[in-house]
Amino acid sequence: MATSQIGKVDTVVDAKGQVCPMPIVMLAKAFKDLAVGQILMLLATDAGAKKDVAAWAEKTGNLLLETSEEGGVLAFYLQKV
Amino acid sequence: MATQIPSVPDTTANALSPDIEEMIRTRVDAFVHEHMQQLVSEQVAAAMKRDPARSKVAIIASKGTLDMAYPPLILASAAAAMGEEVTIFFTFYGLNILKKGGARHLQVAPIANPAMPVSIPNIVGMLPGMTPLATWMMKSQFFGKHQVATIDELLQQCRDLGVKFIACQMTLDVMGIKPEELIDDVEIGGAATFIDFANEAHVTLFI
Repeated sequence: MATSQIGKVDTVVDAKGQVCPMPIVMLAKAFKDLAVGQILMLLATDAGAKKDVAAWAEKTGNLLLETSEEGGVLAFYLQKV
Repeated sequence: MATQIPSVPDTTANALSPDIEEMIRTRVDAFVHEHMQQLVSEQVAAAMKRDPARSKVAIIASKGTLDMAYPPLILASAAAAMGEEVTIFFTFYGLNILKKGGARHLQVAPIANPAMPVSIPNIVGMLPGMTPLATWMMKSQFFGKHQVATIDELLQQCRDLGVKFIACQMTLDVMGIKPEELIDDVEIGGAATFIDFANEAHVTLFI
């Protein structure tokens, strides 16, 4: 598991092995149930997710707090605004 | 933004002297020059934020082969996941994607298709059974191996995210497809229905 400065994560979405567009789709669906201020960690192995998750955050106005990569697994920390 | 018009010397004379006129012109020019660009860009940015077309995506799905069924559904589900209002207008061969069980029967033909991941000569591609073989190969060896969602799964994701499906009335008739043969939650409409929506969408794609 990737290490992070982010303390508490409210939800984890595991999109490892999933390819475009599924990481974004799973992220969007899980985000619907999140309260404002809560943090979601998205795990993905699709290299395209790097740009896609950033674009998703930009478009939806939510915060991409941190991205890390370890052993080919990307971890995105997103906060609902 | 708080800005102040530069003060103009008070004059009670009916006609301003050319000197004063010139001074006013210079000051106003300088003021406009200094602030106009910022004012305009603020106004444009605010207007763009309010523009409903920024959050609408209109897609036409006109192809009925396995490979070409993917792009409209991938883009639609991604756009919907990004909070966009998405409509896909299915027409001609694209209607096959919407037929009940149709998504599972879409095929890809190797004949006259030099872009297949494994090249199959046309003279072999024309043999009976080659289209099912190429379809099986595409599904299992390429899409399957890379865990790409199936067309059925993408249709479901689209629906979960609120993508609207419209089936073209005229081509339904032409292709001899009855509305009851289509999956649930499909609206029937014509070209004007699509144009009416697409008119207010910045992203419009014909696939």
